[in-house]
Amino acid sequence: MGMRKVAVVGAGMTKFVRRAQETGKELSWEAVRMALDSCEMTIDDIEAVCMGTAPDAFDGLHMKAEYLSDGAGAWLKPYMRSYVGGGTGIFAPIQGWYHVASGLFDTCLVVCEEKMSSFYPHAQAAFLTIFDHTTERALKPNLLWIFALEMNRYMHTYGVRKEDIALVSVLHKRNAADHPCALLGEPDITVEDVLNSEVLAWPVQRYDVSPVSDGAVAIVLAAEHVARRITDKPVWIEGVGWCLDTAYWTNRDLCYPRYVEVAARMAYEMAGITEPRKQIDIAEPYDPFDYKALHHLEGLQLADRGQAVQLYIDGTAARTGNMPVCPSGGLLGVGNPIAAAGLMKIAELFWQLRGEAGARQVPGNPRRGVAQAWGDLMQVGTVVVMGR
Amino acid sequence: MSKQIKDFRGTPLRESDFQEGKVLYVHDALRGEYAWDTGIAIGHYLAGLKKGVILGARCDHCRKIVVPPRTVCEWCFRPLTEYVPLQDTGTVNTFSICYVTWDVKRIEKPEIPAVIEIDGASPGHGILHKLGDVNPEEVTIGMRVQAVWKPAEEREGAITDILYWRPLKEVKKR
Repeated sequence: MGMRKVAVVGAGMTKFVRRAQETGKELSWEAVRMALDSCEMTIDDIEAVCMGTAPDAFDGLHMKAEYLSDGAGAWLKPYMRSYVGGGTGIFAPIQGWYHVASGLFDTCLVVCEEKMSSFYPHAQAAFLTIFDHTTERALKPNLLWIFALEMNRYMHTYGVRKEDIALVSVLHKRNAADHPCALLGEPDITVEDVLNSEVLAWPVQRYDVSPVSDGAVAIVLAAEHVARRITDKPVWIEGVGWCLDTAYWTNRDLCYPRYVEVAARMAYEMAGITEPRKQIDIAEPYDPFDYKALHHLEGLQLADRGQAVQLYIDGTAARTGNMPVCPSGGLLGVGNPIAAAGLMKIAELFWQLRGEAGARQVPGNPRRGVAQAWGDLMQVGTVVVMGR
Repeated sequence: MSKQIKDFRGTPLRESDFQEGKVLYVHDALRGEYAWDTGIAIGHYLAGLKKGVILGARCDHCRKIVVPPRTVCEWCFRPLTEYVPLQDTGTVNTFSICYVTWDVKRIEKPEIPAVIEIDGASPGHGILHKLGDVNPEEVTIGMRVQAVWKPAEEREGAITDILYWRPLKEVKKR
């Protein structure tokens, strides 16, 4: 297709915290500085900047990307913001990828920032405006509804048990205990803890949900000829895909994410992946809720429909298993500052594939990983395949 | 790099830091008011609700009936021009039993939001609404339900003209 090879050459992130003293600009700057330092580059080496950040409603600040631009290193550079709900954190690197793959730029900085704590009393209320103002908002919906409705449909369709889904939360929160930036790492959490947690919107309980958080992540992308001068260990973006399903979310079956499948097939084709279960070494599916990781593993073709939970039951998903899932700790454990959480998964694959993930390192020199995010009104899928 | 970096940045604050005045902050309440046009298709839908009828829209090309109605078929991108009256009965596609409000306050009597597939629309085509008049523990996916309407004189052309949906006691047809 005449596209250039693009590598991730550097990454940085802040801690994910419930409420950060730093502003969004300051968080962005900390992440960017760390990403640049990690590959010994300066902002002068960066030709373009892509910003991913979720609803302006969180900050009560319109045109948020412009507000964040100084911290993101965007001064007098081509700069662009993307936003596809929760899918943003994986879409922003795709946007950065086509900036470089197209030949337009040789280097591109991708920054994802979220500060959810400013919204009072709880960031959840900012999500109300995603519902249709005439046909849905009059019913006073809350965001948990759509997850609870989808989770119930998923459990019912395939006969998946809540006590098995809880294994997802347990694994991810335990994995997060090894992540220095994690908000909710819990090394000793058990299935009983999840099942005994407060019921919010049945079948969703407190420990089925990821925490709202503040944080920022940045990565540096470079074209092949530049990447090879920067590092001996570039991690290539081998495939990208994205797809949007209907916004009439009550008109389609919530049990299966078709949009993730379409996005994954696009990314796999680009990456030359024909047997994803064999060829993917690490999966970082989007896990704002525990069942969502299962849902997305199925959409990513890494498990048969309704069978993803078996990966957790038989240990395949463990950090030492055949296909570790969310070795980072995921959103359930590290935290969920919306856009930053997605890019955290890209940073995790970067560190894992370079063998630099420390206590979280997946053994066996993993060669290839997939990261995925999801968002909007339950209908967007964004997928990136990375390899070395 | 993760293992080489010891000092990740980011300074966590607590709610009490605000309450006890340990940090400076600015509080502001944004006020935005809107008057949304219903548009063509939803305008018909709301007018139907006022009369006690749920309207769908038919695509002859794709042979499907969607609800709520819209002016274009997403599948074939042809216009949808015909509105079709549907039944006010349906089947629970999925539901939740919700113990918190939109701003995460606890509520004693749970709400039961549901996706209800409307009889007369194509299979799998539902709307978001709530269930009522039912013990939450007895709700099941696949349960048959019927709309409970506001009295005709109180209807205003809104989705809330349907108060809720309750279990349908079906008369067996011969």
